[in-house]
Amino acid sequence: MPSILTILIVLPMAGSLFVLLLPADREKLIKGAGLAVSTLALALSIVLWAQFDNSQAGMQFTQKSSWIPAFDVSFSVGIDGLSLLLVLLTAFLTPIAMLSSWNAIQKRLKEYTIMLLLLETGMLGVFCAIDVFLFYVFWEAMLVPMYFIIGIWGGERRVYAAFKFFLYTMAGSLLMLVAIIGLGYYASLAPGGKFTTDLIRLFSIGPGIPLGVQIWMFLAFALSFAIKVPLFPFHTWLPDAHVEAPTAGSVLLAGVLLKMGTYGFLRFCLPLFPQSTLMFAPFISTLAVVGIIYGALVSMVQTDMKKLVAYSSVSHLGFVVLGIFALTEEGIQGSVIQMVNHGLSTGALFLIVGMIYDRRHTRAISKFGGLAKVMPVLAVFFMIVSLSSLGLPGLNGFIGEFLILVGAFRSDYLSHWFAVFAAAGVILAAVYLLSMYQKTMLGAVTNPENRKLSDLSKREIWVLVPVMLFIVWIGIFPNTFLKQSAATTKQIITAVKSTTTIRATSEALPLSK
Amino acid sequence: MSSFPALVVSLPLIGFFINGIFGKKIASERFSGILGSGVVGAAFVASALMFLAMVHSPVEGRTQIVSLFEWLSAGSLSVAAAYRIDQLSILMCLIITGVGFLIHVYSIGYMRGDPGFWRFFCYLNLFIFMMLNLVLADNFLLMFLGWEGVGLCSYLLIGFWHDRQFDTGGYPPGTSTTSDAARKAFIVNRVGDFGFLVAMLLIFSTFGSLTFGEVLPRAAAIVEPGSSTIFWITLLLFLGAVGKSAQIPLYIWLPDAMAGPTPVSALIHAATMVTAGVYVVARCSILYALSPATLQIVGTVGCLTAIFAATIGLVQNDIKKILAYSTISQLGYMFLALGVGAFTSGMFHLITHAFFKALLFLGAGCVIHALKGEQDIRSMGGLGSPMPTTRWTFLAGSLAIAGIPPLSGFFSKDDILLRTYAGGATLLWIIGWITAGLTAFYIFRLFCLAFTGEGRWPHDVHPHEMPGSMTIPLVILSVLSVAGGVIGIPSNLGGGNLLEGWLEPIFSTADARLAALHDTPLSMEYVLIALSIGIAVAGAYGASFLYRRRADLAARIITRFNAVYGLLVHKYYVDEIYDALIVSPLERISKTLLWKGVDGRLIDGAVDGTAALVFKISDRLRRIQSGVAQGYALVFVLGIIVILGILVLRF
Repeated sequence: MPSILTILIVLPMAGSLFVLLLPADREKLIKGAGLAVSTLALALSIVLWAQFDNSQAGMQFTQKSSWIPAFDVSFSVGIDGLSLLLVLLTAFLTPIAMLSSWNAIQKRLKEYTIMLLLLETGMLGVFCAIDVFLFYVFWEAMLVPMYFIIGIWGGERRVYAAFKFFLYTMAGSLLMLVAIIGLGYYASLAPGGKFTTDLIRLFSIGPGIPLGVQIWMFLAFALSFAIKVPLFPFHTWLPDAHVEAPTAGSVLLAGVLLKMGTYGFLRFCLPLFPQSTLMFAPFISTLAVVGIIYGALVSMVQTDMKKLVAYSSVSHLGFVVLGIFALTEEGIQGSVIQMVNHGLSTGALFLIVGMIYDRRHTRAISKFGGLAKVMPVLAVFFMIVSLSSLGLPGLNGFIGEFLILVGAFRSDYLSHWFAVFAAAGVILAAVYLLSMYQKTMLGAVTNPENRKLSDLSKREIWVLVPVMLFIVWIGIFPNTFLKQSAATTKQIITAVKSTTTIRATSEALPLSK
Repeated sequence: MSSFPALVVSLPLIGFFINGIFGKKIASERFSGILGSGVVGAAFVASALMFLAMVHSPVEGRTQIVSLFEWLSAGSLSVAAAYRIDQLSILMCLIITGVGFLIHVYSIGYMRGDPGFWRFFCYLNLFIFMMLNLVLADNFLLMFLGWEGVGLCSYLLIGFWHDRQFDTGGYPPGTSTTSDAARKAFIVNRVGDFGFLVAMLLIFSTFGSLTFGEVLPRAAAIVEPGSSTIFWITLLLFLGAVGKSAQIPLYIWLPDAMAGPTPVSALIHAATMVTAGVYVVARCSILYALSPATLQIVGTVGCLTAIFAATIGLVQNDIKKILAYSTISQLGYMFLALGVGAFTSGMFHLITHAFFKALLFLGAGCVIHALKGEQDIRSMGGLGSPMPTTRWTFLAGSLAIAGIPPLSGFFSKDDILLRTYAGGATLLWIIGWITAGLTAFYIFRLFCLAFTGEGRWPHDVHPHEMPGSMTIPLVILSVLSVAGGVIGIPSNLGGGNLLEGWLEPIFSTADARLAALHDTPLSMEYVLIALSIGIAVAGAYGASFLYRRRADLAARIITRFNAVYGLLVHKYYVDEIYDALIVSPLERISKTLLWKGVDGRLIDGAVDGTAALVFKISDRLRRIQSGVAQGYALVFVLGIIVILGILVLRF
């Protein structure tokens, strides 16, 4: 009997097979089927949420069935406090992405729907896999639908962007594969041990790997994740991918795919390689803070709305990475909630830019101005989302950023300056977001082409309303979500700190003789 | 009684939601106006009841904490949405809801016929909600929510008429829109908020809590007086205050904020929001008492801002700009008071200033309305006879701000100067004293040019008195401006100084630490008071003389001191300097160095270069696979020879 989690993961893929059987000219049916499947997945994920026991730190809803017994590779899934929120986010954003592109996709609708559903399975799989090899498979598999979504339904330079996206990510993940094999090999070295890719078993293997080797494994994983996040200076694929991707692609790319990098750090790098984590924490945090400021500054001078939002992601994700490597409860809790926040607010920003693009077929900021006059409803949504993104207290973004700053400030491994410079990024967020808002929404309607634009349709409003709901909910009652990840966060930190202290004392022994 | 604080706070929020959701559909000014004002009026009544209950309860039982729910907890951080009602916050609460209510009522008349009428009241209610959170919060984080929230409302309301042009008064050249002013306000404030944010981090890591009840009473026990920790905490908090309360070097947003509708200027940019910085320092008085170095900075910044802004105010011609610089200057007085440890005096001036500055702004609004949007005082004049109520109430406000006894401003300003002198800060006292003269001068220049003499407005304009909804608030505020000083009349002038007694429990710990105030002999106090009155009268009389009788002389003075005049008219070129030193370089660096340089050339250059290299190599490798069997055979044979050669050579 498959567990509810397995059903959730397989459901979108099964749905895509169903869509495959539908005739290509029944567009309404195809769209309806896609939406229905992803909504069903959302319903299932809510059941998961309801049944989730947040007092437990370990994996829940686990299921394991052997896949390649020779290497102890299995189909093994489960979720804990870290993955639950990301699974929910994925299940939440996919139907929204579907609904957002209801009328925008003009060609190969059937293939498009199939790709989105396959992508959902890939994303869910990445967050649920607790077998390293299975994780790798989902990680790579998810690239393919995204590659096609950008490459087929994208903008003018879609081929360049899709290629860049694919190569960048592949470059990182190949090294990760080597490290995964290395991990399994070290498992076989243990007395009575054998090669395995079972993450839970590897958790006890990783910290024991000699530091000289562990560092390389850490770096292989870290590079792969850093590219995905993207951490400065591995970010240049992101603006291109976003600009060329269709709206739904951007929403899922920013909303979910980027989180795989930060999730990977938390799930793999910290518990598997705690000593290397401590060693590299200041270095990676430096890149994170540079990214926060750098992304914001570059965002400030963009002329294309999507590029602006893309660079703002570099800045926002920098916060998430900083929180992770602060290695404090506040920091990691903040990072987890900030992953969700970024998914919501940046997802919504891309939705809004997409709605404007659908009407005017341009994203150049200079072509707009005074849209609030013709599209007052859109202007209100845009305002709320901008405020959420710039970290206004009372909305979701602030909660994550504040916790991350507190975490970084109190970190045993980072100096106070990390938090101080990161906080400066908060000023800059207001600069670029409010400038974009002002130049597009406020003032008089200068461009006659904008005078007759229609305001949001009912469908578009219903795409945005659920996102707004969570933006406010997390801002005012963040504990609903924070308490889900509390136990797991505590466990990770304890694990990282205890293994390193044990090791430090055991290594110190010979010297004390 | 314990549900009252929640009631006070939630009433304006309810107004915000109803007007926000249904206001446009209902499209009734009467509905939106009455609802918007009604909720604030009701909040005032509830605050007044709380205040009365507090008066009748024993001193020890006056502080009340109302916790609503657990807001944010992670790791060791735990913050509740909790309100703290005590002697200090209830005063702020009364001002915000009381003055706020009057300004809401005034707005019904002022905003008549505006298509965004419902939206205006919606924003105003949201502002009151946020401001109440700021002052009632029981912890720094909730205070910060209010703090940023009022900044947002300020942003929304400055840019309320976002398609209108707005004269910035010289720089940037030409005109910009009100949305530029709004954005500038928000961003400059954010610089200050950065300070507040980092201060919170430092407070939390020092005290392990952000709750006032945990931090403030334990401050003296936990931190070393004068230590660098307390210095940075207080200095960073003060940076926040400098932003919000428009002090040097972050004051530049407030004059531009005048782009908003005039009731907004009265409520947000004079009576309430801009005093938030003063409130924060007063709330944390014990922290400041532990850091004398910061107090010195606070006092110096306040004093310099006071005279700096007053000098600019001397030569402005836009009626609202004069009042804006005046506000900056008066806020400087309040910080001067805080800086010399006279927390009560600072709060006293905050209260009287809320009355007379709101009055002056609302009066200016009547004038602007009567002249169909004219704001230049050179095109006014003679408005006294068609607008008697406005004239008399404006005069009351002018006398109050000029510090003419026995009006409210006299007592509060004099209190500050007296304590500055008593604190031994003679230089600051001299600057403050001169500023008092400048204040009287600029306000009477404004009054004379607007209300006396010949009318200089166009012939097709027929100014007339405003309706009751606008004049009644003026009358009430003028009564408060005239008589509001009674709450703080010092004992040696025959008063009981009610305010000092009332706030004593709040400031006693800080006062005890700063007890080193010099005792000034009574005779010296009388001399100081006489000097204050003297310079105020001189300033007021000088302005009246120049602008009513000898306008030619005023013009001659301007030509004679043209360089100084130019410097003041251009507001010391501060906007220009900031632009050249910060804004432009940052933009240039981001664009050319970071985006085009690092991203485009460096990183993408490397990435594309690698891709190109791989492509080139594969291209070469492809040529090898020519399909010509002889070629393969050749390579094969060569390979064998090489391998054999190596083997032979090695052995």
